[in-house]
Formats: sequence, structure tokens, C-alpha cells
Amino acid sequence: MRKYLLTGCEASAEASIHAGCKFYAGYPITPQNRFPEYMSKRLPEEGGVFIQAESEISAINMVFGASVCGFRALTSSSSPGISLKQEGISYLAGCELPAVIINMNRGGPGLGDVTPSQSDYFQATRGGGHGDYRTIVYAPWTVQELYDLTYFAFDVADKYRNPVLILADGILALIMESVKFKKIKKRFPKKNWALTGCKGRKPNSIKSLFLTPGILEKHNWKLYRKYKKIEEKEIKYERYFCEDADCLFVSFGTCARICYETIKILREKNFKVGLFRPITLWPFPYKELENTIERMKKIIVVEMNLGQMIDDVKIANKKNLPIYFYGRPGGGVPTPEEIYRFFISHLVGKKDKLWK
Amino acid sequence: MEVVYKKPESLKDETIIYCPGCGHGIIHRLIAEVVDELGIREKTIGVAPVGCAVVAYNFFNFDVTESAHGRAPAVATAIKRLLPDRIVFTYQGDGDLAAIGTSEIIHAAARGENITVVFVNNAIYGMTKGQMAPTTIPGMKTTTTIEGRNVKYHGYPLKVCELLSQIDGVYYVERTSIDSIPNIIKTKQSIRKAFKYQIENKGFSLVEILSPCPINWKMTPKESMDWIRDVMSKYFVLGVFKDKGG
Repeated sequence: MRKYLLTGCEASAEASIHAGCKFYAGYPITPQNRFPEYMSKRLPEEGGVFIQAESEISAINMVFGASVCGFRALTSSSSPGISLKQEGISYLAGCELPAVIINMNRGGPGLGDVTPSQSDYFQATRGGGHGDYRTIVYAPWTVQELYDLTYFAFDVADKYRNPVLILADGILALIMESVKFKKIKKRFPKKNWALTGCKGRKPNSIKSLFLTPGILEKHNWKLYRKYKKIEEKEIKYERYFCEDADCLFVSFGTCARICYETIKILREKNFKVGLFRPITLWPFPYKELENTIERMKKIIVVEMNLGQMIDDVKIANKKNLPIYFYGRPGGGVPTPEEIYRFFISHLVGKKDKLWK
Repeated sequence: MEVVYKKPESLKDETIIYCPGCGHGIIHRLIAEVVDELGIREKTIGVAPVGCAVVAYNFFNFDVTESAHGRAPAVATAIKRLLPDRIVFTYQGDGDLAAIGTSEIIHAAARGENITVVFVNNAIYGMTKGQMAPTTIPGMKTTTTIEGRNVKYHGYPLKVCELLSQIDGVYYVERTSIDSIPNIIKTKQSIRKAFKYQIENKGFSLVEILSPCPINWKMTPKESMDWIRDVMSKYFVLGVFKDKGG
């Protein structure tokens, strides 16, 4: 099968087109500028609409409008831009509108920097905007997986009528890797709730306002049941070297990929270490992690932030195993060697002589 | 018997929840009559604002969506681009359009989006019970300008028609009023023109309508109409600010 050499931005953009996305609105922000650039050319070629919006806020509300009339729609940005989109994401969740949002995470808070980070884990998994809602969050670790998850995200968004977020980072946005394409989607779920003009039917309306007492509460419970169903059906994760391991690395996205390299070094030196990688950050694979640590003695969490996913690991850690944390905030990217050194000095308690 | 007056098909048989003397009822009806007369009810999509008219979907008998505060022009942009043969309009108040949504309206206008904007200016935040709006006129008392709007302290009102008429992407902008029967008839003609231009793919149209808010103005409905005629329309001058078609 033919393979294509693409940056993460290009692969994700192409995946959305293959998944039947017909609308993109975005605003330039580093490190995801290749995304709108690529879409500005490719989407009109496929009969879709590209708009460079005047702001991130406008871009997400354009996506809202596209979703209102039943089209598959996408926006991409990076951390400060995703903050601005939160109002729109809350409305999408409240109105039960499907949409896909890509975050090529950079360092923060504030304007931060333009280098890769995982500092938006809380924002992505804890709602981000106002109100009692959830967004489904995927964390890819390769450009191929970024392609696959973007492609898949549109189906999940439609299935649950819910926004889906892909939390990648500046590395995945910019590195080039070979990618296999999937089939171009031709069949889509019917959306009889969409606003297309009321010809031959009663008028439709889309809303998140429920002023009559008790109605919003009912709506919230309806959303709750949907979120429970998503928690039951949509969890994704991967495990590596876990069969005989007594120490477990837990890490997501790019950072998990770096940990994988560390684990290979540790395995060569007969350390029995494994890797648990959540692919859905919400819903988080609590049960699956809990089962994985059944025979373990220690847990090490590695993130490109000050420790965010570690909160979810603590929820899953019913055995009360010691949890070690290694983090690099502010755009710092750990090397496999420095994680190795941390492991040897903190988890084994020895001075390391291998890496000088 | 000949029917000379009836409820437009584009209005639902719904209890009006707007305050006594409010202008929204009149303006809703004018839009509904125009949509009926142009025969576009089944292909019209309305975008409601945040503000009193957020519940417009309860009254219009065609497809209507909610939008976040001020974002209606962005929502309408996407709908119209994806469904170019549908008729898409936004219905926005002064807080929605001229304060929190200034960016969205200016850029939708600059892009020359082929949409119709019905802009209801009552110089006050109605739904939140009477705070200063971007269109509160100098000297006017509101709950956040209890001594009256002092331009040296609170700044000047925004004149939306004057502003938008400077933008190349705009096809038609007019300010009207519903303070009298002749002006209501004129307003309907303006709304009709704005919809007709969209049907003809002419581009961006906006009709600003000076409308009463008696409860928050603390006036009777009659006093409100007089105040529009004698005071408000002296600051917000009525007329066509731009019409590339005429």
C-alpha cells in the first residue's frame, strides 16, 4: 500500500477530508499554521468550505454553524487559541452538536511559548469551558495515529452528537512521518435534527437554553447518560511489556513514545518495566489501569507538564502503590536518557554510571 | 369572505413572552410577513442572538438556531456558505451586535457574506434589566449610568450603520424605526429589500431598527414611541446609509 510522507498537521487535515469533513475555520497560531494553510488549498478541491476567521472565537462559532446544518466540521489551533474556543465548545456540548477540534499543545500559561507541551491535559479532560459537560479526548503518539484518530473522531462525534478533541502537541504537528491512508468515506449517518430549511417537515431548532425550571436539569441528566455510555464503549489504551513487569510507566502522546525508548534501554539492563498509554484521556481507562497495576510494585508517571494526568492515575491507583513523577513543563521535552537517569536514581536508588 | 389580515404562516401560534410594549413582536411579525410574501419559509434558517430574542425559535415557524452572545454572524456565515441556496438571517440586539459581537459583525460584513442582519436597537440591555448598551445615547439613564450616560466617563455610543457603510463588502445598510405606522411600513420594505438582495446573491445587508423597551426605559408604550421619534432618532438618524442596488 502506498505511503505518504506528511507532517502531523497535513496528515490530520487529510484525514478529516477522507472522513468527509466539509468545513474548516481557523486562525493562524504557531505551531499549527500548516493546518489552515493545507486546508485552504485541499478543502475547496474536495467541494468543502475553508474560512480564515477573524478570531478563534469566530472560528469555533463557524464550526458551530456548519454543524447546525449537518455538515462534518473541524477547527484546529494551539493552546491559547483553544482557550478562546472554550465558549464555543461548551455551546457545542450543550446543543449536542458534533465537531472535531485539534489542539497542537504548546507551552503555557498565558502566551507561553511555541514549543511542544502537554500542559492542556486539565483543560481538555475537565471540560475547559463552563457547565457540566464532557468532551471525548484522543491523544495520538505518532503521525499515523494522529491521522487514524482524526479520521475516527468524526464518526464518534456524529454517533454521540458531541464535540471530540484531539490533544496532540507541537512535535506531532511538525514532524514528518509516513502515513497510510484510509478509504474516503462516502456514507454518513442521517441527521434529521439538522437545520436545512423546513421543507416537508416541522421546523427544527438548536438550543442550549432551558429556562423553564427543571428542564435544564433533565437535559443535564440526559447528557450524563450519554457520557456514561461513552465511558462504557469508547475507552482506548495500549500496554507494552506489561506481562512480567513490576514497575509501570504511565504516559500519553509524544511523552509515551519517549518513555517507550527509555523502557527499551531499561529492558536491556533487565529491569522489568512496562508502559501503559491511555489513548482516550476522557474517558480515562481507570479500570484498565487498575487491572494493569494488579501485580506491579511501583508506578512512574511521565508528562510534559507539572503533573496533570497523574491525578487520574491516582484515581486508578486503588492499590496505593508509590507513584513517582517526572515532568518537563514550559516546552521542555525529555530525552529517553534523562528519564532513564531519573528511573535509576529515584526508583532504583542508585547513582547512574552509564550516562555521563 | 375575503381574508384581508391573518397571522403569517411564518409565525407559530405561541404565547408572546416579551414585555408589554416591546418592539420584538412587531419586528418578528414584519420578518414573518416578508418571509411569507417572498415564499421562502421552507428554505429560511434564522440565527437567534443572546438577549431577549434568544427565544425567537419559539415564535418563528421555520428553522432557527441559537448562537453564543454576539456570534450569530459567524454561525450564519458557515450556514450560508454550506447551503448557499437557503436564506440565512441573524436577528441581533444592540448588546449582542454592537458590544460583545462587534468583531463578528464587522468581519462578516467585510467578507461580504450573503446574509441578512436584522439589528434591533433599543439603546439598552433589555434581558438583564436595563444596563448601559453600546447604543445608550448621551444623557440616557440606565442601571449602570444612573446619572445618565456621561460621554466623558462612559464614552460615546456606537453608530453601527455609519460604521458598516464604510466597509467595501457591505451591499445595503439602512436604519429605520417602528415608532409610527408609516415607519413600520417603511421598516417592512427595508427588511424585504434586505432579503431580496440575499435571494439575488448581492451580498451583505443590515437593517437597523430603532425599537422601544418601555419597561427598562421606565416609560409607557406611547411615551416610548414618542421618545424614539423625538430623541432617539435625532441621535441615530434614520435613512439609507448604503445601497449598491439603488
